[in-house]
Amino acid sequence: MATSDSEILAVTGNEAVAEAMGQIDPDVVCAYPITPQTEVVQLYAQMVADGRVDSEFVTVESEHSAMSAVIGSAAGGARTMTATSSQGYALMWEVLYVAASYRLPVVMTTVNRALSGPINIHCDHSDTMGGRDTGWIQLYGENHQEAYDNCIQCVRLAERMDVRTPAMHMYDGYVISGAIGPLQMLTKEQVQGFIGPYHAINPMLDSQHPVTVGPFDGLHGFYFEHKVAQNRAMDRALTAIQDVADEYAELSGRHYGLLDPYRLDDAEVAIVVVGSTAGTTRMTVDKLRARGVKAGMVRVRAFRPFPHEAYAEALEHVKVVGVMDRADSPGAQGGPVFLEVRAALYDSDPRPQVLPFLYGLGGRDIFPDNIEQAFAVLEEAAQSKQRTSTERRYLNLRKD
Amino acid sequence: MTVDKKAGAKKPAPLRKPRVRKPAVTKPRWDISDINSWGPERHELGATIPEAGNSTFNITGGWRSEVPAINREKCDGCMLCYFYCPDASIVIENGKAVGVDLEHCKGCGICAKECPTRAIVMQIDEKE
Repeated sequence: MATSDSEILAVTGNEAVAEAMGQIDPDVVCAYPITPQTEVVQLYAQMVADGRVDSEFVTVESEHSAMSAVIGSAAGGARTMTATSSQGYALMWEVLYVAASYRLPVVMTTVNRALSGPINIHCDHSDTMGGRDTGWIQLYGENHQEAYDNCIQCVRLAERMDVRTPAMHMYDGYVISGAIGPLQMLTKEQVQGFIGPYHAINPMLDSQHPVTVGPFDGLHGFYFEHKVAQNRAMDRALTAIQDVADEYAELSGRHYGLLDPYRLDDAEVAIVVVGSTAGTTRMTVDKLRARGVKAGMVRVRAFRPFPHEAYAEALEHVKVVGVMDRADSPGAQGGPVFLEVRAALYDSDPRPQVLPFLYGLGGRDIFPDNIEQAFAVLEEAAQSKQRTSTERRYLNLRKD
Repeated sequence: MTVDKKAGAKKPAPLRKPRVRKPAVTKPRWDISDINSWGPERHELGATIPEAGNSTFNITGGWRSEVPAINREKCDGCMLCYFYCPDASIVIENGKAVGVDLEHCKGCGICAKECPTRAIVMQIDEKE
């Protein structure tokens, strides 16, 4: 049953996600508050205190402890969730790998914020882009509605037997987390029906079938095999992400994919972008189209696993692709998304040019004019007879 | 750690016949006899061991360079060696330390360090 006629609420992104968590009603939530995620934890703790959910809420003294408690809870056999941002995500770092390698189907909300230093609390993607190799599934949302929808879909995704890998979903700090936007919710019954009951694998609390979780592997050395198994699960997650999204569309009437193309079919220049800036980019594409420029856009949804074949298919006919990164990899050829997209297009013939753009670090504003400037670079490159330099181009940077 | 170098330098003091602690199960139920030929799909999800207490099948006595020697006359039965031993290798009979599980004792010397009556001393474990 599509619920597109349901009431439209005005909520912050964090309220949207707290409501999603409330409807998921996991067995356990272990979390520590950090700007700009704080509201999620605060609202959820309130729901627990008010008896709106049955969850056990575990207050911890740090994010390292939050993720460690999450692992203990999930290994014990409980459906477990958490949320974090920025420095908290960084503090979880070593334990994120542990959750993934134990194949615990945990779901985490990460509200994107810059990493220190200089100390900065505003939006960029340094936190989760830095953690792209932890073995977690990563879905980037664009707006309030998608933050809510991705949170619910992540539960199904992580718990699928062919995936069984922790999943995190992200949305932009402040721009989405703190600003008010529209949200249409499912009912709790619909959400419960969608996610289904939780099935634990080898739960430690099953005393009839005792197990050892997290044994030392250094003596006989099967680490390599386990890492390959994780990677195979990631490959299967590509299919799973689309399956879960299609099933969710039947329930909600809202459609999602591995990536989100816009006016791309006949595009000659296109921008790849992550998160809330996609809205501004769409508007700019429309403006350029009205002027006769064949502009298009792809919004990144799944970043881990990265659907490289889908990107090659979506972008191979485009002459010049600009990739907008809101996180840098100092010393690399470009930001993390640039590296992925450029690699994905390497086998295309003719091979599109792929140019790196950096924007929005530490919450630097990104205006429609800045995106037009990026498109102007792409158009010039498309008309040039020579290949254009792949040096980083910075949008809205104060000049020397 | 208390190392009786004098005893080690010469002939080691005669040890009591090693006693082996009885494992909870005598044979692993989880058959891993051909585990060295397992590819990524054969292994348990997340490297979990689907069996409890099977570390007794992992013989670690060979790591040892020193071995505890127990003087039963000096032992007053305080059990500190038993509680502190990280490998659960102290064998207790009638409330007193009577031997060491040499298949699992790694020779760390914590028992000798903790023993308040110096009933346990470490000696060089001379291998053949």
